[in-house]
Amino acid sequence: MADSRSSGDQEFTDHAAAGQGIGRSVPRPDGADKIDGTFPYAGDLFLPGMLHARTLRSPHPRARIRRIDTAAARRLPGVAAVVTAGDVPGRATYGLIVADQPVFARDVVRYQGEPVAAVAARDARAAVRALAAIDVDYEPLPAVTDPERIVSVGGEVDPLHPDGNIFREIHLRHGDPAARGTVQVSDSYVVGMQDQAFLGCEAALVVPTADGGIDMRVATQWLHSDREQIAACLGIPEDRVRLTLAGVGGAFGGREDITLQIHGALLARVTGQPLRIRYDRVESFLGHPHRHPARLWFRHTASRRGQLVSVHARVVLDGGAYASSSPAVLANAVTHASGPYRVPHTVVDGWVVRTNNPPCGAMRGFGVPQVAFGHEAQMDRLADALGMDPVELRRRNVLEPGDVLPTGQLVADPLPLREAIATVAARPLPAPVSDRTPVTSLPGGRLAAADPGRVRRGVGYALAYKNLLFSEGFDDFSTARVRLELGPDGTPRAVVHSACAEVGQGFVTIAGQIVRTELGVDQVLLAPADTAIGSAGPTSASRQTWMSGGAVRAAAVTVAERLLGRAAGRLGLPPEVVAEPRRLLALADGEIVASEAGTRLPLADLLADGPVEAVEVFRHRRTQPLGPDGQGDVHVAFAVAAHRAVVDVDVDLGLVRVVSMALAQDVGMVLNPMALRGQAEGGTAQGLGLALMEELVVDGGVVRNPTFHDYVLPTIADVPALDFVALTHAQPGAPYGVKGVGEAATCSATPAVVAAVRAAIGRDLRRVPIRPQDLVLPPGQAHPADLVRPDAGGGG
Amino acid sequence: MNNDGCARGDIAGGSDGDAAALAGCGTGRRVSYQLYIDGGIRLVADAWLAESLLGVLRDHLGVMSVKDACEQGRCGSCSVLMDGRLVASCTVLAADAAGAVVTTVAGLGAGGPARAVRAAFLAHGAVQCGFCTPGFVVAVTDLLARRPDADEDEIREALAGNICRCTGYGRIMAAIRSIQDTRR
Ligand code: FES
Ligand code: FES
Repeated sequence: MADSRSSGDQEFTDHAAAGQGIGRSVPRPDGADKIDGTFPYAGDLFLPGMLHARTLRSPHPRARIRRIDTAAARRLPGVAAVVTAGDVPGRATYGLIVADQPVFARDVVRYQGEPVAAVAARDARAAVRALAAIDVDYEPLPAVTDPERIVSVGGEVDPLHPDGNIFREIHLRHGDPAARGTVQVSDSYVVGMQDQAFLGCEAALVVPTADGGIDMRVATQWLHSDREQIAACLGIPEDRVRLTLAGVGGAFGGREDITLQIHGALLARVTGQPLRIRYDRVESFLGHPHRHPARLWFRHTASRRGQLVSVHARVVLDGGAYASSSPAVLANAVTHASGPYRVPHTVVDGWVVRTNNPPCGAMRGFGVPQVAFGHEAQMDRLADALGMDPVELRRRNVLEPGDVLPTGQLVADPLPLREAIATVAARPLPAPVSDRTPVTSLPGGRLAAADPGRVRRGVGYALAYKNLLFSEGFDDFSTARVRLELGPDGTPRAVVHSACAEVGQGFVTIAGQIVRTELGVDQVLLAPADTAIGSAGPTSASRQTWMSGGAVRAAAVTVAERLLGRAAGRLGLPPEVVAEPRRLLALADGEIVASEAGTRLPLADLLADGPVEAVEVFRHRRTQPLGPDGQGDVHVAFAVAAHRAVVDVDVDLGLVRVVSMALAQDVGMVLNPMALRGQAEGGTAQGLGLALMEELVVDGGVVRNPTFHDYVLPTIADVPALDFVALTHAQPGAPYGVKGVGEAATCSATPAVVAAVRAAIGRDLRRVPIRPQDLVLPPGQAHPADLVRPDAGGGG
Repeated sequence: MNNDGCARGDIAGGSDGDAAALAGCGTGRRVSYQLYIDGGIRLVADAWLAESLLGVLRDHLGVMSVKDACEQGRCGSCSVLMDGRLVASCTVLAADAAGAVVTTVAGLGAGGPARAVRAAFLAHGAVQCGFCTPGFVVAVTDLLARRPDADEDEIREALAGNICRCTGYGRIMAAIRSIQDTRR
């Protein structure tokens, strides 16, 4: 779509002028500071006289450590402390799900970049000199980097870690494993390693406290999980570890795990001085877990009329050296492997294994983007084999309420898959390439100056669904406090306190909208997110609007209740009304209104007696653990997304230009149209990146491109305007019927772009990201595009 | 290891990129000079000769609005104007900027085109985590000053040096188009 505002905007009328409650495109409360550059990110924080801390990392993917000599480093001028494994006073290991990762490697390193020591020095230069002066005697060992080898030898041969080499395996069985349809397609697929590449690198400011604890300001996704792990490794009670969220420059899953937190806390305790620890881009790439690379195999069978009969799949995820969230990622990959389709007979065998590659964990989509690439490629091949339109094949097989998932779980809630795929299929297509198309609109832009005659147009579709919130019986909750009080100017205001990590997604905006809607006040202040209140859970799994939004709403509703009770008492109403004030009283426009008498009490009068406060904990419905056969009511809810991608491919240069993307996404209800659109567009861009360019290349366990020079991210020239349509069906059990919107679009964007490229060049593409060499042929050889679609330049 | 004791190249993760820590290694020279920043004169005392403008702005002068996402000239988060020309401050030697007029987001002015860019970024949701935003505001203000009627292809090519990981660029484009529409 050439014009970003030309379509799909009807449901996004900006009502900001009409109020700041839910449903409005309210701008971010931190927006002006971020625009002016005064918003303090973790890496911007400093204290006069603070120390500077840095980490020493292994250059080898696997090695025995014979000896670490830190004496020379300690003697250098300006060096305050050098710490290694022997200096960790508490638990020697940490981890999100299982504590299998050493704070510092002791006898053995298991991946390139594994921390071996850390230093604190009076300035950054002295810290770097100290790192260079630490003498580590490594005996390199052969690195195990092929996950298939671990699966084939059964994992326990040559254990890389006392916990073994298999983080988890799941063998899902649903229906009759022998059942087959008459039409069959099968193939293997590969997904490369994607990085979250948030822009603000890891950083924390740590201050030791008089009680032997620490105060830390840190960019993270989950303050309470960090606190628990820091306290365990420091060997001190959790209440002596106080964390406050510092400004976070993006996250996308990459800040769910501990990176520099324990190192910084330990150095602050050892030196007794405040310090800053931070990563540069190279260290960020080496320091946090990535998206799991995957090897996939599928066999789909269907009836001649295009009804899916069976899906057999094999999913192998490379978890790298430590567990991180691998077990949960595998459960997602396996349970979503056949996609959002009704499949009577499903067999999925999945493994996530330990190797000497970099650890992998959470990234937007959490196991689903990998399998979505595979199952959508399969649906297109099946459509080909059946001679059927790929949209029609999907339409015939989508899940609907009342259907049963491969886990045996019943689809109970709205799942507008058919609507989603039909919506994107009906959006207007962009104009075809012609001789009049300016060169700047062709693949490669002005620099490549493509020949329009060698450009092929392709259109591709993909459909995906993604679970929301935590699965498998996890007791997930979020806590929030809301206080209604008189501000210094005597007007009522609400103060919201939650430990929810604002990483850019816009919780701070939504929280204010919720409180304004429930309490009718204009002024809402957000207290800093910290560990002085109970956990809000992580900013992940598309869960914060639902979970922490739910907690904020519950606390606001209780505040309103208490306020009305106070009003009933003030008005001298009978005790049964005081106990249940909503029978007679309502809160409207900053006043208490007695419905029958018409009496009005201004909020400010009531609050003169003191603030009204409530703390509430919000939980989602309970789910079950996943059984050994992959069965169980494991997921809370799902969101649906369909993309249509249109691409132009220069078949000589191997360049792709994504001409347009259309997205229909199931969002529950819309709380902030502008923020929603931002999530849909951002999620789409990350899926596009995985399709076409983003890969952390790991060769023999060594990361080859840990810089923005060589890890290529989508720019504004790569990402077209998104033609976005929000599908609204209220989600039962969620505040205001909302669904999390961060992830679904990432899952469908990648396969849609690949499908479009495949359609353009008439070649199977079994790997993402697609590389130029996958698209061009040696000179002299006819390109399949010339054989298959001689007139494809005409577009879609 | 070289003669002034700076490490390079042999420590994964500790060897690259930290402009302040490493700049100047191998030169052994420290210098003092003045920079003209956002209309004021700032004295840089005792800096390594090879420190980048980004490193000097952040670590010597505390100008934190200039961001440091890559320190390799690849992301634009450190964008500033130098004598009116858009540069990635991580790729400029600070000592080379002595005598030049350096403009960060704070120096773009409270009125005029920068004000319109700021307002449009806020109103159109062009900000999420915000880490790319000051650099984008500098680059967009510069582009619209030079080419107020730039078409979509030109805008996209001109801004391809600024990475945003959050927004997918849609709201950034919407903000820019709204400014152009208002002017018309
Ligand atoms: S920090 Fe200068 S371009 Fe990235
Ligand atoms: S808003 Fe986060 S990088 Fe642009």
